[in-house]
Amino acid sequence: MIRPTGTSFFDRMHAHPLFRAHARKAVISVPFIWLLIFMLLPFFIILKISFSQMGIASYLPLSHFKDGVFDLSLDLTHYRFIVQDQLYFRTYLNSLKCAALTTFWCLFIGYPFAYFMARAKATLQPALLMLVMLPFWTSYLLRIYAWKGLLMTGGLLSRVLIFTHLDWILLRLGLIAAPGMFMNTDFALLIGMVYTYLPFMILPLYATLSKMDLRLLEAAADLGATPWVGFWKITVPLSKAGIIAGSMLVFIPCVGEYVIPELLGGPQSLMIGRVLWDEYFSNNDWPMASSVAVVVILLILLPIAIFNKYQAEASEVRR
Amino acid sequence: MTPLPADNNKAFVQIRGVVKDFGGGSLAVNNVSVDIAQGEIFALLGPSGCGKTTLLRMVAGFEIPTAGRILLDGQDLHGLPPYLRPINMMFQSYALFPHLTVWDNVAFGLRREGMEKAAMVERVEQMLKLVQLQRYGKRKPHQLSGGQQQRVALARSLAKRPKLMLLDEPLAALDKKLREETQIELANIIRQVGVTCVMVTHDQEEAMTMANRLAVMSEGKIFQVGTPTEVYETPATRFVADFIGNVNLMEGRVVVDERDFVEIDCGFCRHRVGHGITGTLGMPVTVALRPEKIRLRRTKPAGEVNHVQGTVRDLSYFGSFTVFNLDLPEGQRLKVSESNIERNRSDAPAAGEVAWATWPDTAQVVLTT
Amino acid sequence: MTLRALLYRTMERTFGKAWLGAGFVFLYLPILVLVFYSFNASPLPVVWGGASLRWYRQLVHDRDLLSGVWLSLQIALYAATGAVVLGAIAAFTLVKYKRFWGRTLFTGMVNAPLVMPEVIIGLSLLLMLVSLERVFGEKGMFTIWLGHVLLGMSYATVVIQARLQDLNPELEQAAADLGARPIQVFLLITLPLIFNALVSAFLLSFTLSLDDVVLAAFLNGPGATTLPLVIFSRARLGMRPDINAAASVIIGVVSVIVVGGSYLVFRADRRRAAEIAAAQRA
Repeated sequence: MIRPTGTSFFDRMHAHPLFRAHARKAVISVPFIWLLIFMLLPFFIILKISFSQMGIASYLPLSHFKDGVFDLSLDLTHYRFIVQDQLYFRTYLNSLKCAALTTFWCLFIGYPFAYFMARAKATLQPALLMLVMLPFWTSYLLRIYAWKGLLMTGGLLSRVLIFTHLDWILLRLGLIAAPGMFMNTDFALLIGMVYTYLPFMILPLYATLSKMDLRLLEAAADLGATPWVGFWKITVPLSKAGIIAGSMLVFIPCVGEYVIPELLGGPQSLMIGRVLWDEYFSNNDWPMASSVAVVVILLILLPIAIFNKYQAEASEVRR
Repeated sequence: MTPLPADNNKAFVQIRGVVKDFGGGSLAVNNVSVDIAQGEIFALLGPSGCGKTTLLRMVAGFEIPTAGRILLDGQDLHGLPPYLRPINMMFQSYALFPHLTVWDNVAFGLRREGMEKAAMVERVEQMLKLVQLQRYGKRKPHQLSGGQQQRVALARSLAKRPKLMLLDEPLAALDKKLREETQIELANIIRQVGVTCVMVTHDQEEAMTMANRLAVMSEGKIFQVGTPTEVYETPATRFVADFIGNVNLMEGRVVVDERDFVEIDCGFCRHRVGHGITGTLGMPVTVALRPEKIRLRRTKPAGEVNHVQGTVRDLSYFGSFTVFNLDLPEGQRLKVSESNIERNRSDAPAAGEVAWATWPDTAQVVLTT
Repeated sequence: MTLRALLYRTMERTFGKAWLGAGFVFLYLPILVLVFYSFNASPLPVVWGGASLRWYRQLVHDRDLLSGVWLSLQIALYAATGAVVLGAIAAFTLVKYKRFWGRTLFTGMVNAPLVMPEVIIGLSLLLMLVSLERVFGEKGMFTIWLGHVLLGMSYATVVIQARLQDLNPELEQAAADLGARPIQVFLLITLPLIFNALVSAFLLSFTLSLDDVVLAAFLNGPGATTLPLVIFSRARLGMRPDINAAASVIIGVVSVIVVGGSYLVFRADRRRAAEIAAAQRA
């Protein structure tokens, strides 16, 4: 390679292919190493801890050198406990059920919401978007806390529900335990969850729906399809990526939600997030908490994979 | 186009055996070699995907050749990143920096060079004056029209007085009317500055209007290099003949081979070509005949060569000329283009009528590839 | 247009407005109720005792709350900075380097905190930090910062990556062509053009850090009680008017910033569109 005249040492260094290869590696490794240490390593550690027993202040080590021989003891008690104990099983099931219900209601309320937002006047849409985002920016803890006020005895919503006798329907559905008592029930939990996660459903849906070419619907109408048919055969399938991304964005965190069940749910609202919290903070049983966590991770691995796939798809379409 | 001055560096830009393999099975650029003279405007012409843009990017430094060498003024550019090459490029999307003013856009390259303030100001002013945007210095790109943005891009790429300027489809983003005006203006400015220029385009009109010489590319290879006249009137291959303008291609055999004329039998007609060719008797050849070289008559012309009878299938009136599509007896088609020299010509053939197409013996090009 | 189509359109419009209206009521009702009751003179939330500012006045003397605010703001500031820096590098990596060893793993790790339940992130991060206590020191502000950076980084990467992908690659090529070295290209061209995304990412991470309960609970140490933790421990006990007042203040400040900011952005966009239109006509 001929050295170009009038260039500094810096320039020649830059031009050298080896420098560029190393510079590239350096850039990639900064976030990569950070993530390996703080994202991946912790998972291996809780996996390890889930196989151990709890000592006084910390967990007991798994491996010892006994008479010069390396001895590894994997204690499966916690996993056995999870699998055999009815309570754990029911809690996992209930968490999944609750997450599924939340996702369903978020979709039910959120899809038309996003749809009409996307169909609104173009000048109005940024304002609408901001109004949907605004609650997201304010503390979700405070807003959940606000629901306590609405649902407690004498609270606004409480009074409305009693007045309209809707509480009997909720009683029949098993969402509340006694008429007129809405606090600390599954009903309150569900409202809180849907309330918190609704924007997470609306935003991906809106992003997908607003990008849709309306002329496709015009073409369908031209070919004789009624608006109802057009909606189900064109709009919904085209927004599939948004539906799936939004659903995963709601479902997965819901499974392990802690704050909302704690503030709004009752003692019978079995949520795995609370179990995990209690195992660590109340029982101080790290290995138990770890094994609970590991099982949750296994349960949500598939949804996470699905989410990654549709997240990638959504950002490719953007191109 | 005006010929170049006599004394110039004929091999100012040397592209030698350049190959680019992206690994997709076929080569994007397949062993291309061409020399470009100093001060020349050289066009790489070809359909989309022919490799012309890849070749341009390799000259600019954005792609690295798989094999081959590129030399500029004797200097091998191998291994030099774009920011160290004395080459500047004008991008198809103009790529004006949206957050900088017009002035700062043009000054950008000069600032990177470390040019001192007074000289830099003078140069930027000079460039803006060249493209007639002196009073637009403070504006941002989004405050300019498409044509104005293009001029800023031009000024920016000329500001550093590069040895070589590259243009990537410079007129693609403009609408037709603007394109015609800009073609001439752009070529004039480039000639005025005297910079060597390589441009890439898929628009033949653009290439023929603006370039001193052009290369016709397809599928990674160059098929012919020459002046626009050379490429149009004496195409080297069927592909070139077909790609540039319209052409009628007729297959035949050499039946008479003399030193200063040949005759070719195409079955439905017989050509007499007024010059000798290198070839043998009986050799299969293709005769290329441009539509504008053919005239239509209602009566059979004299002699046995250089005419054929046909039925007018349809005609398209373009105002200054008319294009006739003739069906020939054995199923072939002939395209004829006649200038409308007279108003309301009375003997012009109409659709469905029989006419004779005739041409002189200087009109054909004999091709063997 | 046929009568039937017209009828359908009107129905759709009305239904749409009703649904949007009901949805917004649902979203904003708790907030409004909160603000309303913060002015309630009576400490009992369900009895209206007249309008009063006493809870607001009390806020000023609430030592725990105020120190929580101060701590949370600090952590949020540092966490947002860290998140944006790491997120920008991660986004840059994902957009510029299409193929590198471990790219799928990298993408998975970057995206995971977006959906992973916080209790899982909290527990695993905590147990790792405890196992390696010698390296990372005691639990406290630093450990909370680590957790928040991890969370914020994912969101920052998404925002910045989106903007980077939309960027015309020819802009950076043009800069290089004109003589800018790669570092100069990044500082002079890329950064200014993604600036808005950087600000968005910063604000997003800031908010997430400020709001976070679970990670802070797992990762905090003595003397590192953040604002959400203060509120959470009080909220568990029931409705309290002092929280209402604090909540209203927070919501008020945030709303003003968000609405104000959105309006400024909206106005700038409109002005820019007008300039482009004017240039085209000229």
